[in-house]
Amino acid sequence: MTYLAKPKLHHPDLAKNKLGYTHRDYEGTVSTLCAGCGHDSISAAIIQAFFELDVAPHRVAKLSGIGCSSKTPTYFLGNSHGFNSVHGRMPSVLTGANLANRELIYLGVSGDGDSASIGLGQFAHSMRRGVNMVYIVENNGVYGLTKGQFSATADKGSKSKRGAINNDEPIDMVMMALQLGASFVARSFSGDKTQLTPLIKAAVQHQGAAFLDVISPCVAFNNHAGSTKSYDFVREHNESVNRLDFMPQHDEITADYAPGSLREVRQHDGSILRLRKLHEDYDPSDRITAMDFLQRRHADGEIVTGLLYVDPDAGDLHVALNTVETPLNRLGASELIPGAAALEKFNATLR
Amino acid sequence: MKVSAGPIQAVNDFVVKFANVNGSGSASANLLFAKAILRMGIPVAPRNIFPSNIQGLPTWFEVRVNAAGWRGRRGGVDLMVAMNPQTWDQDLKEIEPGGYLLYDSTKPLPESKFRDDISVIGVPLTEICNREYSDTRQRQLFKNIIYVGALSALLEIDPEEIAHLIGDQYKGKEALLKPNVHAMTIGRNYAINNLDCPLGIKVRRANAVGDRIFIEGNSAAALGAVYGGATVAAWYPITPSSSMAEAFARHCRKFRTEPASGRARYAIVQAEDELASIGIVIGAGWNGARAFTCTSGPGISLMQEFIGLAYFAEIPAVLFDVQRGSPSTGMPTRTQQADVLSCAYASHGDTKHVLLFPEDPKEAFEFAALSFDLADRLQTPIFVMLDLDVGMQDWLCEPLTWDDARTHDRGKVMSYEALEAGEEFGRYLDVDGDGIPYRTYPGTHPKRGSYFTRGTTKDRYARYTEDGATYVDNMERLLRKFETAKGLVPEPVRRDAAHATRFGVIYYGSTAPAIDEALAALAAQGIHLDALRVRAFPFQDSIADFIAAHEQVFVVEQNRDAQLKSLLVNELLVDPARLMPVLHYDGTPITARFISGEIAGKLAMFNVTPLRKVAP
Repeated sequence: MTYLAKPKLHHPDLAKNKLGYTHRDYEGTVSTLCAGCGHDSISAAIIQAFFELDVAPHRVAKLSGIGCSSKTPTYFLGNSHGFNSVHGRMPSVLTGANLANRELIYLGVSGDGDSASIGLGQFAHSMRRGVNMVYIVENNGVYGLTKGQFSATADKGSKSKRGAINNDEPIDMVMMALQLGASFVARSFSGDKTQLTPLIKAAVQHQGAAFLDVISPCVAFNNHAGSTKSYDFVREHNESVNRLDFMPQHDEITADYAPGSLREVRQHDGSILRLRKLHEDYDPSDRITAMDFLQRRHADGEIVTGLLYVDPDAGDLHVALNTVETPLNRLGASELIPGAAALEKFNATLR
Repeated sequence: MKVSAGPIQAVNDFVVKFANVNGSGSASANLLFAKAILRMGIPVAPRNIFPSNIQGLPTWFEVRVNAAGWRGRRGGVDLMVAMNPQTWDQDLKEIEPGGYLLYDSTKPLPESKFRDDISVIGVPLTEICNREYSDTRQRQLFKNIIYVGALSALLEIDPEEIAHLIGDQYKGKEALLKPNVHAMTIGRNYAINNLDCPLGIKVRRANAVGDRIFIEGNSAAALGAVYGGATVAAWYPITPSSSMAEAFARHCRKFRTEPASGRARYAIVQAEDELASIGIVIGAGWNGARAFTCTSGPGISLMQEFIGLAYFAEIPAVLFDVQRGSPSTGMPTRTQQADVLSCAYASHGDTKHVLLFPEDPKEAFEFAALSFDLADRLQTPIFVMLDLDVGMQDWLCEPLTWDDARTHDRGKVMSYEALEAGEEFGRYLDVDGDGIPYRTYPGTHPKRGSYFTRGTTKDRYARYTEDGATYVDNMERLLRKFETAKGLVPEPVRRDAAHATRFGVIYYGSTAPAIDEALAALAAQGIHLDALRVRAFPFQDSIADFIAAHEQVFVVEQNRDAQLKSLLVNELLVDPARLMPVLHYDGTPITARFISGEIAGKLAMFNVTPLRKVAP
């Protein structure tokens, strides 16, 4: 980590997005994580994604639980409201926030300890409900802040820095998200920003529960030989099924692609997901075959990345609850209080 | 009929208790009985005493008929309607000498199964049902209505009132309406033709109900939440609070559906557990919606960590705790006031929370509506402490009222305009000395007013710090805020005795009606006490003054450990010797008889000579 504060002055020639914001407007305070931490690369991808999406920073609410990953929302989107809640409970706080104001973008940031252990229940139920959000798990397989205990996503047989072998079966959060009804599921690697950034952009534009499992090596406690979450291991075993280009609207296809190698998905808001196939048989619109594919590759020790599943027409919790268009936190007393006359009528039914 | 003691004679003042098997449809028939008497202008206080079970276990329904309007449980039974063989012996014991027993006489019972100091009335209910109905379910359901019909003759209840109520209940369902009225008539005719009607106890049409309404506390609290502007509710099913969430959904469908679109101006989530429920409430409160959860003691235990977060991060939240028998799973369907301390100091570390103690459904409505203003104003969790006896029972109470000039107090929220004008914003900055800082809703301003909410220590500008002095500064401000709360929560209600007295009594919540009656009974014996009904925590100075002004103050509670007394001693620094607990915690609602007996007994120890001159 660095102890130097970032200078506040912006270079006058910094590139601006459509709203007139520079890249710097999407940054937060200086990270206090370890130098080389995968999480910082994810923060950088988040900054890049929101800058490129032309989203005003204050229209994003960023929420997290407890742990190294949950500290990161201070390191991006400094003009957004943030909420560092309690361990494993970010999903419920985010759900409540989302119910209060459906117009903001909700970014939940969590880790494998936060979401796969103490918060597994809340993770599962927020997926089931289809809360409109981007849920990023920064997955390093260990508890970093408490110095290197295995987390529930650590692979069976993987070795800790101190040499202990993990005997427990890993929880695969991508499989769970698929099974529980998440309508956008992706896996990526913190070391692959060109893959990760468009996935975050697409997830932000997706209506419904968007889940991203981002393998993010812990340089302090889980980057050694014998770990399955190290930079080296992930680079060697990363099997990307597709490359995503995210487009806010339909642009002309200019590059040359082999026939059948390109697939386009139009999301609810009109944005286009242009997927270049890297794997012949992979179909991200078929949940069942996607799950089958992932299971088989996992058995072979491969880490499948890319956009794994998307249902572009998914609804969300607000659709299910049939809530009004106006955010609930903006309804006034006249819309909320039935009044004295209604109460007198109600009294009359109780006599 | 075998009578040795003289049969009890009473008009509009007696207790009927129904002993049934749960899941047999008895509760609705028994409520029909109670409402019919109410429609004759005579106050009733019904209590459903039910098991934590769906079918097959004993259940009781007690109806106190009382023209004077005492709403507490009296204790003792004048007429037992004994429909459950499992509890026969126990039920018979409860009947007052000279009381009455109504039973199903289809099968003869040995003489030893009866008492000789009560009047025994047999109605061959099973035989009648078997003759009238072939369907077994109908036999069961109509058996209840038949005994209501028989009681109408025995107690002189106007059958027209019963028929009207059946008509209201089955409006548009003729197929159910007529058979119910028919069953009632069968029972009534049997009694008229075969029994001595009326009994020594009976009702007579009166005008003692006025415009009062008959409502369950949970429903009233839920309606209070509607009026209070709650838009987000998250809950997990738990007795005895589930019916509040269900009532909120019902009231919202009626009052909160956007007319043009048919869409909901509310969001209700049945969460996966109590942790998620309070998490959703805190997320919604943080984001500027009024939100609540309703639960009971076990749920409060589960929510502890989140409650501390809401306290420390200063997020509005409302929790309705419908208190049941505890600890642990305890007695889920029985009433207590045993969560006072666990709510007042909920969560680890130094915390204090605002509690409200409604005495009945009317106040449950008012305090529910108020709680959302308090939560926004104080930016902290507010606990509305209902007792099961208030939450799940129908009470006769004053009509609910609302002043159309009243609006919601959203507290200190800094607007876009204020931020734009360059007003200083510090999320935890106390600008005017009341301990309450300004907050902003997420998304308010592109460049100003955003902050990071956290459970860790922070400075006045919401920046993370581990500096001791900054931590203390913040904790001291939270105490100042709690002082401010004293001026915002409902004042205690003081009622002085007709005669000057050295003795006082403090009480709260569902104990109120029993206290009212007990004080009247004690006054009739020449024992006078000034009374103070505590309605909220933090305690106002007037509570300390009341204690200081009396040599001995009884603190009447429905828990084992005198929890409110502990809180009074701890927070008001009063001499514990001045406070004498009167505790009733067996899960049944406290009675006037118990309170007056305890207080008279304890006063005897002080050698108090009753003032024989009784106030008119």
